[in-house]
Amino acid sequence: MSDTKKFVYINRKAPYGTVYALESLEVVLIGAAFEQEVQLVFVDDGVYQLTKGQDTDGIGMKNFSKTYSALGDYDVNQIYVDEQSLKDRGLTMDDLQELTYEDEDDDWAEKSSMKLVNREQLADLISDADVLLNF
Amino acid sequence: MALDVNGTSYEVDEEGYLANLNDWNPDVAAALAAADDAELTDAHWEVINFLREYYEEYQIAPAVRVLTKAIGKKLGKDKGNSKYLYELFPYGPAKQACKYAGLPKPTGCV
Repeated sequence: MSDTKKFVYINRKAPYGTVYALESLEVVLIGAAFEQEVQLVFVDDGVYQLTKGQDTDGIGMKNFSKTYSALGDYDVNQIYVDEQSLKDRGLTMDDLQELTYEDEDDDWAEKSSMKLVNREQLADLISDADVLLNF
Repeated sequence: MALDVNGTSYEVDEEGYLANLNDWNPDVAAALAAADDAELTDAHWEVINFLREYYEEYQIAPAVRVLTKAIGKKLGKDKGNSKYLYELFPYGPAKQACKYAGLPKPTGCV
């Protein structure tokens, strides 16, 4: 498709307390129908959106963390996590869900969607975007 | 609005979607279908049960493209196409099947 654009969604906020994380996820899932190139970036408190073992019982909100694992089904398989943001919060990739997708061109092999990036790589991702959405 | 099934009243929204996910049971599904003059066959139930499992796992109702692909993988290629699914659910597979499965209307769904 010649008119494909590169959409970069930047997720900066903790999952609950504001609607940003859920809204971003919904926009990504809806936008996936348009078959554009999609990249998700998790930076600052946004890295908490992907943490394992979320429990929302005490705050009366829907735990939508399971929904991130559906992203692969929606062909959203370029997910970038900022290394420095993890480090600043005492987290590692092991604290995050492992998001995967099935590669249609490789006999549906299951592959990781996640990549750890440094600030320089992050800057490149952002400058390469055709459409940049900040949440 | 409310839907009466075997003497119990269930809350539904203006489009007939069940208000509370936990109210669902197979009798409610049949009543939701009957309200649309539809009858549920085994083929319908396959899709409805699939959707409930998908929602349980991912907390969303899948978009129709994702549903089609996943059904094909789980139930066979002959069922994983929009023709088959539209024959079962002429009002739109995701929209109509989600309704009978007691799920919220899919986000941004056709």
